[in-house]
Amino acid sequence: MLKDENKIFKNLYNDLGWDLDSSLKRDDWKNTKEIISKGRDWIIDEVKKSELRGRGGAGFSTGLKWSFAPKKVGTRPHYLVINADESEPGTCKDRDILRFEPQKLIEGCLVAGFAVNAHSCYIYIRGEYYNEGQRLQEAIDQAYKKNFLGKNACDTGWDFDIHIHFGAGAYICGEETALLESIEGNKGQPRLKPPFPALVGLYGCPTIVNNVETVAVVPTILRRGAKWFASLGKPKNTGTKIFCISGNVNHPCNVEEEMGVPLKDLIEKHAGGVVGGWDNLLAVIPGGSSMPLLPKKVCDTLRMDFDTLIENKSGLGTAGVVVINKDQDILKCMTRIARFYKHESCGQCTPCREGSGWMWRILKRISNGDANISDVNLLADVTKQIEGHTICAFGEGSAWPVQGLLRHFRKEIEKKCAGDPIIKKKIDVPYLVDQHLLEKDNA
Amino acid sequence: MSLKKVAQNQPKDFKFSKENLVVAEKILKKYPEGKKKSAVMPLLYLAQRQNQNWIPLAAMKYIAKYLSINYINVYEVATFYSMYNLSPVGKYFVQVCTTSPCLIRGADKLVKICKEKISEKENKVTEDGRCSWTEVECLGACVSAPMMQVNNDYYEDLDEKNTVKIIDSFMNDKPLKPGSYRGRKNTAPERNKDYKGDKHA
Repeated sequence: MLKDENKIFKNLYNDLGWDLDSSLKRDDWKNTKEIISKGRDWIIDEVKKSELRGRGGAGFSTGLKWSFAPKKVGTRPHYLVINADESEPGTCKDRDILRFEPQKLIEGCLVAGFAVNAHSCYIYIRGEYYNEGQRLQEAIDQAYKKNFLGKNACDTGWDFDIHIHFGAGAYICGEETALLESIEGNKGQPRLKPPFPALVGLYGCPTIVNNVETVAVVPTILRRGAKWFASLGKPKNTGTKIFCISGNVNHPCNVEEEMGVPLKDLIEKHAGGVVGGWDNLLAVIPGGSSMPLLPKKVCDTLRMDFDTLIENKSGLGTAGVVVINKDQDILKCMTRIARFYKHESCGQCTPCREGSGWMWRILKRISNGDANISDVNLLADVTKQIEGHTICAFGEGSAWPVQGLLRHFRKEIEKKCAGDPIIKKKIDVPYLVDQHLLEKDNA
Repeated sequence: MSLKKVAQNQPKDFKFSKENLVVAEKILKKYPEGKKKSAVMPLLYLAQRQNQNWIPLAAMKYIAKYLSINYINVYEVATFYSMYNLSPVGKYFVQVCTTSPCLIRGADKLVKICKEKISEKENKVTEDGRCSWTEVECLGACVSAPMMQVNNDYYEDLDEKNTVKIIDSFMNDKPLKPGSYRGRKNTAPERNKDYKGDKHA
């Protein structure tokens, strides 16, 4: 278990107060000036040495990403954008950082902004987090009052401003280029890459987009040293991470733990165990809904870090652990996730727009017991047609959970597919028409 | 993509109030010069708040003029994002999260209560205009499931009993406090170790 002294987010549950004075007691803003005076290259190098990987899902090296920003500012200004559009089902870590550790984020923004040559920063918060956004605004105002932000921020000689931009309930805006489109006042539809945002991003200017948790841990890393951070966890999967444990556990909670912590420890020690005991476990979604689920026999010995989970054909994603026990109908659960993706597809690429609805309709048919055996292969085929054929990673995100279901629960599905072929029985099954939408008179 | 319908009865005119014009000017300052279009999302929110939590077409036209952009640019944004209400909603707009982490902890029971208490159909406002409800996708409070959002506030850790109480309080225009309904502190692990987690909805 992670020792208290190694925890970065000491106020995750608001035991100590969120305001600026309380966070000063927790060493926020302690020697920011000194850190920044060591220079851009030192900061990027130190973050690289700490082997910090992005906490937003993809797990890309943060130091490397920062080094992609042009070294010198040309005719176009640089921007730093913080992704707080946390909408992945199973994930609610950023919300607690926004509410209870806002100064860590703000200090991180200043350091990251300095490292990538940006004078202004936009924090994109999902619209539903209205209260959290107001809280963050209050924290930003407090920081301005103390001159931690604004002209000559924190006496470092660097001018830095932070603005908040609210989203409005679109999951796809968590994708970095869709997020930039959204800030520009357009529909949140992802852009083709390359060019990558580091060169052509917000308003066509070089932009670095980082997750809230990634940026919030940076000041602590620089203060305590890259070596300290790298000593936690495993090589290439270093540091601590906030895990969100939800679903069928006795005490669902957010908890900060070392990377590579055994999943069983996470569930039994922090979340009070699976409802009905460990043997009642059916499956776990390890990293938010877009990561394939894992059955109990894998979970027994599983360690939670990026590389181990990739070896098990899943991913750490955002570390939103959803526990599903044997009292649940796994098919119903995954059908609902498929409906989520159908609802949230931005509609730009045909394979995703049509395919996500198609997967949902097949899964619905299967869980209602109206499907026949050929539907299972059809479903597998559709997931393969979506994966890799879309502009952004949403295609993979919608196809992977279904592939995971097919990989681990195919027998259960096939048992349910005993029905006769549809044409023979003339069942009224929605094939091309989206019944779900037609049913809503006033949606 | 979600299907959105624009309300049948549209007001003819819309203008920002004096106070909101000041706010709008402030919003514009957040974005670089010549990038006024960025303000379309915050301005739509502003219009929505001024107009009983929904956006009429007249407001979209007004915002388009205000930002000197095309009407269609505002319209496409307002119809793309699910949080802009294009038809009237109740004074208390109940949004029940029904995505999987909430579903496996009984979100469907919350939906059933809404159907019984408020209206059989989603988005139908009660006669006194106090309440309407809808199902929404993940609201990002999964460790506090099942939960619902009412206007800006989160009601968390619900079960059937207190959901009924909460909905009743809206119908009587005396809203109960938001937050956890299991008495725990935010997203902390349960400190009462004997607590059994199967007591959710």
